[in-house]
Amino acid sequence: MLARITATLTLALLPFSASAETDPADWDAVQSAAEGQTVFWHAWGGSTTTNDFIAWVGSRVSEDYGVTLKHVKLSDTAEAVSRVVAEKSAGVTEGGAVDMIWINGENFASMKESDLLFGPFAEALPNWSLVDLSKPVTVDFTVPTDGLESPWAAAQVVFMYDSADVPEPPQSMAELLAWAEANPGRVTLPQPPDFLGATFLKQALYGVVDDPSVLLAPVSEADYRAVTTPLWDYMDALTPALWRGGRAYPQSGPRQIQLLADDEIDIAISFSPGEASTAIANFELPDTIRTFVLDSGTIGNASFVAIPFNANAKEGAMVVANFLLSPEAQARALDPEVLGYGTVLDLEKLSPEERASFESTDLGIATLSPDELGPALAEPHPTWMVEVEKDWTERFGVAE
Amino acid sequence: MATSLPRDAALAGKTDPGARGLRFVPLLTLLVLIGPVVAGVFGTIAPAFGLFPALTGAAPGMGGFDALFAWPGFSRAVWTSVTTGLVSAALSLAIVIAITAAWQGSPAFRAVERFLSPLLAVPHAAAAFGLAFLIAPSGWIMRIFSPWATGFEQPPDWLVINDPGGLALIAGLVAKETPFLMLMTIAALSQADAARSMVVARGLGYWRGSAWLLVVFPRVYRQIRLPVYVVIAYAMTVVDTATILGPTTPPTLSVQLVRWMNDPDLSLRTVAAAAALIQLWLVLAALALWRMGEMAAARLGCRWAEAGWRGPRLGFLRPGTILLAFVSSGAIFLGLLVLALWSVAGLWSFPDAFPGGVSIRSWARHGPELLSTVIDTVAIAGAASVIAIILVIGCLEAEQRYGLTVTSRGLWLLYLPLLVPQIAFLPGLQTAMLLARTPPHIAAVIGVHVVFVVPYVFLSFGDAFRAWDRRYGVAASALGAGPDAALWRVRLPMLLAPALTALAVGFAVSVGQFLPTLLVGGGRITTLTTEAVALASGGDRRTIAVYALAQTATALLPFALALGLPRLLWANRRGLRHD
Repeated sequence: MLARITATLTLALLPFSASAETDPADWDAVQSAAEGQTVFWHAWGGSTTTNDFIAWVGSRVSEDYGVTLKHVKLSDTAEAVSRVVAEKSAGVTEGGAVDMIWINGENFASMKESDLLFGPFAEALPNWSLVDLSKPVTVDFTVPTDGLESPWAAAQVVFMYDSADVPEPPQSMAELLAWAEANPGRVTLPQPPDFLGATFLKQALYGVVDDPSVLLAPVSEADYRAVTTPLWDYMDALTPALWRGGRAYPQSGPRQIQLLADDEIDIAISFSPGEASTAIANFELPDTIRTFVLDSGTIGNASFVAIPFNANAKEGAMVVANFLLSPEAQARALDPEVLGYGTVLDLEKLSPEERASFESTDLGIATLSPDELGPALAEPHPTWMVEVEKDWTERFGVAE
Repeated sequence: MATSLPRDAALAGKTDPGARGLRFVPLLTLLVLIGPVVAGVFGTIAPAFGLFPALTGAAPGMGGFDALFAWPGFSRAVWTSVTTGLVSAALSLAIVIAITAAWQGSPAFRAVERFLSPLLAVPHAAAAFGLAFLIAPSGWIMRIFSPWATGFEQPPDWLVINDPGGLALIAGLVAKETPFLMLMTIAALSQADAARSMVVARGLGYWRGSAWLLVVFPRVYRQIRLPVYVVIAYAMTVVDTATILGPTTPPTLSVQLVRWMNDPDLSLRTVAAAAALIQLWLVLAALALWRMGEMAAARLGCRWAEAGWRGPRLGFLRPGTILLAFVSSGAIFLGLLVLALWSVAGLWSFPDAFPGGVSIRSWARHGPELLSTVIDTVAIAGAASVIAIILVIGCLEAEQRYGLTVTSRGLWLLYLPLLVPQIAFLPGLQTAMLLARTPPHIAAVIGVHVVFVVPYVFLSFGDAFRAWDRRYGVAASALGAGPDAALWRVRLPMLLAPALTALAVGFAVSVGQFLPTLLVGGGRITTLTTEAVALASGGDRRTIAVYALAQTATALLPFALALGLPRLLWANRRGLRHD
């Protein structure tokens, strides 16, 4: 015990003497450098279940690797990005405040472009060998990850609905519009630029566009106006039938769930197939809530963790990223009582015992099976999201 | 006599090093207050004109302003910021005037005072959550009356919270600012010689309300002018309350500004900086407008007095003014009650008036984490309020010993951190601290909290300190006590009750700070307030309720101690209890 304490103390002092970075490929060196480090993980803190999961990860990495994990709860991931930007502008090139960020899409594209990320490291993680490469784990919103971020959860768009009020849920965006017009004020979307609201717009775009392949290239390569005109026609028709006539919007996905729980709305978009079951288990939704997907498919993506270029505890962050990819952590995240997040692992690559823990998980009353979910549509290039968000704000975000 | 002479001579000749230091406390305090504000404003100005090295492609120039003016929501955001700020301040002041004019000096007035004081400590975010849970179409009021009275089986699609006109935001601000202005007014009344003036005016045949408005109000207003300005500046630029209750299409300028600060598109930070400067200018313009209103009101008042008109007899309105106080404070009390219900609720569907099941699950779940956050919050608030009261006592004692009286210009400086919108200088302060290589540390957060705590502690303690009967000091000197002994052994023990109240005010102010903690703490230092507002983006009402209640309790507990301790310590000294 005493020896262990002494070792920890010595290691705690090490960063002052050795500032040289550890090569991610030398995993033993990474692990020994990580021991005793404190990792500040900046992650969205708006959900009790994710917060509890992150706390559990913290207790596990502390047990196994001597890494202390601190969850810095963000109301918006961009807060962590601005922190790193502010540090770079002030010349803080090491010992930064942010060690790891839960990130994807626009935030990742922006940090990658501005050279604010450490790596590549993701493919050097030992558990990378278990990852299902057929899932969107190497491209993030069509931007190659280049090993600068490591995946930890798979997600796909579903719509939650109250089966007590909606006997037959719509099967396409056109049917959703018809339903909303017949039931005014009973559906809404989180206000863009909230990522879930922006996802609603992208899903609607997929529903009305003639040739979806243009969405996979940067917006500058397409005729933006021609491609999006049907989208704005759709939203012009839908908006008056939205909750509050589109004069106010919930500010985030969880706020939208609260509206569903309060019976203010009957249909709500979600980016996590297990979210409804998890919410039911936590008394946050009535047990009449179910989910549906659209006939033409729904958008899927992955959540990642990235390490800023000036992180103080890069090795510790890599150890946490690797733990997030472990069968133990992935199986726990899948459990709707815990988190209800899809796994990024390839079950074929696991040992039979490890696989059993996934297959025995009861996905929950409102969760669709992988077959029912159907194939995921690729995220459009992030530039589409930027333009569509901006356009939406001009057309609907400042409406009287 | 013979024995006292050498002692006096020794006292006169002795140079007390502590006392010499005391001379510089007022200067030090001003530096502590003004330094961060000035540094922060400069740190904000630089990026507004494109001087931001880490930005790729942001050339020096007016690009930030151009983009700001081109934002389609600009004019509406400015309009809602200005109207919600001015209207909520005017309404709060009107309520305070109505209650005071109608009831001052009566037992009912003392009841109002006791009723309102604890509300001052309720953090803005918690009050806003409570109000939102109360008045939304699916809120508690509607649940209680549905479906038997309203016929609603589903909540109606009414725009109440987040309305584009900002009415819900105004309601939330009025409920919180009325207690503040009320207590400031009560403090001012003690120096306005109100009772005797009222006797004279009423003897001349003026009705109670007219008499108060004509003779007492001008003297009171002179003293609460700065607090009123603080309310205007605060209401125009508030972020947490406006996020919860304010409009969203578009939001107020300050909320949009924070969004730009946090947008992944880094070039928007120049727009945010430009918006911060516009925000600052708007506050100054609104205050100028208000000042003109003051002058117009003064002219009207003078004409009224000169005309000798006794005024209408509006006695029948007196019960109505009590109702005003009751509604605005009742909303907060009921809001806290509904928070308490949500914190123990199982599934609670519309239109059930009460939760279907009750469990302590939410408290058990957040307990351990909550405890560590409470400890951090208490540590920061405790340190900030103790530092603040030491500075304030130093200033007040220096004022008395060396005649370093705070002039009215000095008072403006004291109020500066409250008048300059937080959003206009905190982002710049964050950049300045980074440039100085100050890592986010609890000490930095305490330092910034001190900036906002000192003015309130000064306001709360200054009058009591100055009102202390100096003959006690003379008596102490005659008994051989030096100035330090007189301070420590006579004056401060006698002023224990107001000193503890000032500490409690400072503590509550620190607990409620959102932006300073968020920006200076770099996200690493979390308090109950930053946690509660971060959770607000989530929306699980049970979790929000747990944190908002913990936040309220942490802010209120010191008030209970401030009331209780003097009674305990001075159980046999009624005059020292100040009750």
